[in-house]
Amino acid sequence: MSEPRRATPVEDLNLVKLSKIYGGLAAVDDLTLTIPGGSFFALLGPSGCGKTTTLRMVAGLENPTSGQMFVGAQEITDLKAYKRPVNTVFQSYALFPHLDIFENVAFGLRRRGVKDVTGPVERMLDLVELTSMARRKPGQLSGGQQQRVAVARALINEPDVLLLDEPLGALDLKLRRQMQIELKRIQVEVGTTFVHVTHDQEEAMTMADTIAVMNQGRIEQLGAPTQIYENPATAFVANFLGQCNLVPGQITGGDGDNAVLSANGFNFSVPRSRIHAAGSSAILGVRPEKITMYWADEPLPAGHNRLEGTVTDVSFTGVSTQYLVKVPWGQELVVFEQNLSLEELSRRGEHVQIGWAPGHTFALDGAEDITAGMGSHVVGA
Amino acid sequence: MTIAAAVGPARRRARIAYLLLLPGIAWLAIFFIIPLISLFFTSLQVSTGSSGKYKAGFNWRNYVEALSEYWEFFLRALIYAGFATVLALVIAYPLAYFIALKAGRWRALMLVLVVAPFFASFLLRTYAWKTILADDAVITQTLNALHLLPDGRILNTSIAVIAGLTYNFLPFMILPLYAALDKIDPRLIEAGSDLYASPFTTFRKVTWPLSMPGVVAGTLLTFIPAAGDYINAELLGSTKDKMIGNAIQTNFIEFRDYPMASALSFILMASILIIVTVYIRRAGTEELV
Amino acid sequence: MAWLRSKLLGIVAVLVLVYLFVPIAVVAVLSFNNPEGKFNVSWNEFSLSAWGNLCGVAGVCQSFILSIEIALIATLIATVFGTMIALALVRYRFRGRGAANSLIFLPMATPEVVLGASLLALYLNLRLPLGFWTILIAHIMFTISFIVVAVKARLQGMDPRLEEAAQDLYASPWQTFRFVTFPLVLPGILGAALLGFALSFDDFIISNFASGTTVTFPIFIWGAAQRGIPVQVYALATLVFALALVGTVLGQIVSSRRRRKLAASS
Repeated sequence: MSEPRRATPVEDLNLVKLSKIYGGLAAVDDLTLTIPGGSFFALLGPSGCGKTTTLRMVAGLENPTSGQMFVGAQEITDLKAYKRPVNTVFQSYALFPHLDIFENVAFGLRRRGVKDVTGPVERMLDLVELTSMARRKPGQLSGGQQQRVAVARALINEPDVLLLDEPLGALDLKLRRQMQIELKRIQVEVGTTFVHVTHDQEEAMTMADTIAVMNQGRIEQLGAPTQIYENPATAFVANFLGQCNLVPGQITGGDGDNAVLSANGFNFSVPRSRIHAAGSSAILGVRPEKITMYWADEPLPAGHNRLEGTVTDVSFTGVSTQYLVKVPWGQELVVFEQNLSLEELSRRGEHVQIGWAPGHTFALDGAEDITAGMGSHVVGA
Repeated sequence: MTIAAAVGPARRRARIAYLLLLPGIAWLAIFFIIPLISLFFTSLQVSTGSSGKYKAGFNWRNYVEALSEYWEFFLRALIYAGFATVLALVIAYPLAYFIALKAGRWRALMLVLVVAPFFASFLLRTYAWKTILADDAVITQTLNALHLLPDGRILNTSIAVIAGLTYNFLPFMILPLYAALDKIDPRLIEAGSDLYASPFTTFRKVTWPLSMPGVVAGTLLTFIPAAGDYINAELLGSTKDKMIGNAIQTNFIEFRDYPMASALSFILMASILIIVTVYIRRAGTEELV
Repeated sequence: MAWLRSKLLGIVAVLVLVYLFVPIAVVAVLSFNNPEGKFNVSWNEFSLSAWGNLCGVAGVCQSFILSIEIALIATLIATVFGTMIALALVRYRFRGRGAANSLIFLPMATPEVVLGASLLALYLNLRLPLGFWTILIAHIMFTISFIVVAVKARLQGMDPRLEEAAQDLYASPWQTFRFVTFPLVLPGILGAALLGFALSFDDFIISNFASGTTVTFPIFIWGAAQRGIPVQVYALATLVFALALVGTVLGQIVSSRRRRKLAASS
């Protein structure tokens, strides 16, 4: 099989102090970002966070109010959309309804005056496994097939950067899973930089090498999926990427690698490397699946953070069971337990202990709003 | 530098827009706006005594004369056009509704059939009503047998004029109604029948309000040409059924009383503009086209 | 009874369509008539004489051809100008957009007598000789607005992302128009042009003001009405209607066939 992988090295995409202001409101606010060449990069955030505006500025469909954009050493800030080494997979694809699949894919090559398009188009259709569909019109294809045409139509131009605007938003759950794997495979195969805009944290984590979580026109945190999930730096990131228990407290001391954070009269240990607080005021954080439930009289592993409480709610979700446990200061903590044991589940009203390893604890700055990012992510997506 | 770059393309785009507008807008300015202004000055001209010859002036009495001499023609035009518009709405709505929401694969064909009458001569179609409504035709005979006709006939009465106006401008009512009804999500109507149960309530609370833009556009596109029409009154009515259009036409072309015809035209336009403005305000929509 | 209720709307719809076609049917039937006197208003006996000799009456074919010429030229020019205006209004933001919109709407909100009278007032003031050119100017003027409205509707129904996608795929603004916008709007433009042709071909009121002694087909009919419209006029009108109807219906059938065949092959 011919190798569609690009011959020229892939350049980095650099955004420098990029802003977009609409009627006095900053949709994108002084954004500086380097997206390494050849990476699969996700811009993740709730709707209205500025991720799509950023993408449209990179594509040249929107003019930045200020700031600059570079691909490698080449500045593209003032370059027209049709002159940029950047291509886009649009939300709901925007395939040309009057052209067949072949002509849709050939469109970019033809506009640049490429004489013989047959070879490249066939290779591209082969890559997305749509060779047999070449003479169909977009309206005759399924959602997943249209999606792949949109990818092929963009990729055939060998852009330095491929932008994907919520590319899987229009697909049903099962197809979305399939396409996530498919897109990842294509990206590895062609080696182009993919910048993927999405509001679906699961999708971002599945596909991207690096995720930038955006909120109100700014980047909240940037890093590998595991890093930002396991060690979020802000309450927004903690809440937006899955669920999180957050308890305000104070850092009161500690020894060696671990600090002691006391909240509501209880002490917890937190690794110093996972503290994001500037001063002593801090918020304790732990994700629900890191917490284990113990019977009231069961011994806990040495050194684990521990609390007692009463089960106030039990909901069975299949893979796991979600408990709400009311702790002594009245807060209800969320606990996910995998359904491993054959024993009966804990019941509402039951007195239990909960505990987790200090290594799973993190601490946010005390000034953070513990409800930030709640409810803005898509539940169960 | 980047700010200038952001403004530059916008200015260039505006220039392209103006270039695109130029020929058409210039045409309308020269052959629509300037003639209207010219008509206005004509409406104020002063008679020189000899027929068809007038000189420039500001003779506002032309308007007073026009109104005092032709107020009945105005009134008839507005009343006939009003009746025709309401009738056309009642007739057009079921058809537009059916095409937009129920016709399925027949939709395209039915739309073609709605537009088709445009390709058959307007004058001949109106003339054909003379045959259909003639005193010895089936319709007149039947209605007479039922004692439903006050004058014992249809042709050469105001009923014939209104019927002709209704018929002639019906496609202008159907098309905007169809366009508006076509935009309605059928699930809204289903949800309506789920909530209100009775089809009539569903229609009153859901379908009718959602089709309002079409109703407004359709009634205007019917009322305006109907109010200015003179063919129907000329061919189907008696001398007692003449409308303002007849007065303008005869004054301009036969009597060559240009100031009078121009004054009548301006009064007609002004009354239509007033009616339309009030109507749009009441109907609560600004989106006409 | 239940059957009647469920079908009631359909029956009413078909009746309205029938109503639209009754006078046209009368015209068609009368084109095969051999009228008793000079007025062709009631059925006498079947005859093909008018159809066999369409130009048999002095002036009828000249006026018919003149109307077709004027309608073709007026439609062509109005379609080009109207499409340009529609593009500007839908795709661009600029100062004066509202005013331009009103200027497009106003001719449609003006009764034809007023349009005709005002144009004649201008022509008389400028001492322009009335005839072919003054009719053509008038037809272009009143057709433009209808074209703009029809093309605008089509453009507004078009996904703006398609044009963005074209730009993204290296199409310059001109190429975007040429390869994406234009082909997608073309059916709307053709529909608008067809309507424009019909409006121009059939116009009597405005033409009557702008024509002087020149005789278009509707003016010929009007003039003939006093002394009896020749049967040839009925035949020509029936011919135009039949051609238009057969043409559009065939077009519809072909395009829906093609669509169904494509759907079946997927």
